[in-house]
Amino acid sequence: MTAESNSLTLDKSPVHGGETDPPIDDAGHLLLHHHFDDMAQQRECNTLMMWCFLATEIMMFGGLFCAYAVYRWSFPHAWAIGSHHIKWFMGSVNTAVLLVSSLTMAMAVHSAALRNKKRLIMYLALTLVLGVAFIGVKGVEWTQDYYEGLAPGVQWNYYDTTVHPDHAKDVEELAKQGVSPNAVKMFMVFYFFMTGLHGFHMLVGIILVSILLIMAIKGRFTEGNDQPVEISGLYWHLIDIIWIFLFPLLYLVSGIKGSGPLW
Amino acid sequence: MQTKQDSELEVIESHHIIPVHVYIKVFVALMVLLIVTVLAAMEDFSIRLHWGPANVVIAMAIAVAKALLVVLFFMHVKFSSRLTQFFAAFAFIFLGVMFFFTFSDYFSRNWIPQVSAFNIAGR
Repeated sequence: MTAESNSLTLDKSPVHGGETDPPIDDAGHLLLHHHFDDMAQQRECNTLMMWCFLATEIMMFGGLFCAYAVYRWSFPHAWAIGSHHIKWFMGSVNTAVLLVSSLTMAMAVHSAALRNKKRLIMYLALTLVLGVAFIGVKGVEWTQDYYEGLAPGVQWNYYDTTVHPDHAKDVEELAKQGVSPNAVKMFMVFYFFMTGLHGFHMLVGIILVSILLIMAIKGRFTEGNDQPVEISGLYWHLIDIIWIFLFPLLYLVSGIKGSGPLW
Repeated sequence: MQTKQDSELEVIESHHIIPVHVYIKVFVALMVLLIVTVLAAMEDFSIRLHWGPANVVIAMAIAVAKALLVVLFFMHVKFSSRLTQFFAAFAFIFLGVMFFFTFSDYFSRNWIPQVSAFNIAGR
């Protein structure tokens, strides 16, 4: 590099000794923010900081998982009975929905990297639809739980035979196993808190994907700046991972046939 | 078509792009593991294997396998920089620390030795 190019004079000429032009996207926007050396560093930094955020998310859900483990260890029979009250089939369907949405999200990231606008829009729309479907199934599930009297603090009368005469068998079972209804209530508290916090994250994810979709239609991610899709994808996949653990821990405690606590 | 290929390569330069068939394979593996989870929950392995926590251990092992597939391939961690891999692993290591210290307490609660002084006081 010559001394001339290091001088502080305002040189408007396009040619700088040994320097390349700053990277811009097809629409002319500057891609590289001024505090980064190059695109690779910027990309690396963005990914790393997203993982930093995801680590805090893992710790937040981790606290709930840890509390869950302590209570399950203390009340294994109540957990088995409680897990039998919630709907394993809808849980399985929702797991499948989330796994498919993870695939479509991964494909959206892939399409953005290849600057394929049509496919990016298609995959983002599919992810959005699947995310909404998940919330829909969850809503149906929670509504059923509510009407069965399984919502602690809101509608808790599952074991009240004056309200639910058809639950007499469950009350008998509870007495036979020597389980307090309050321990089952505790399971339901965990169920609503964990699926609720997860559902809230899904809502945030749905808003995020909607914004991405609008920006993608405007062509913002296929002109050279595809990383927002990748970073949002990381968030979506993490929410998927949390559900992968929630599903067997909440829905399959006593097994599907319900042969008692399988620990 | 050749020019399209060239422009694709240009975009790739700064980061690794996983081919589509890998995503499809990972997805198929995830769905198979989901079915295995549900099927495993229909069987009481604690009787079969004479081990109380057998079922939850099997369910968690499958869940960990699924999570690993998602982290490594869908989240690109397998092809990320070592620093990103370290951050990703760190989150789970700290989770392990929390579980370890919580359960080192709960497991050992009734392990308090019956020291003679206690017995004398009890008498």
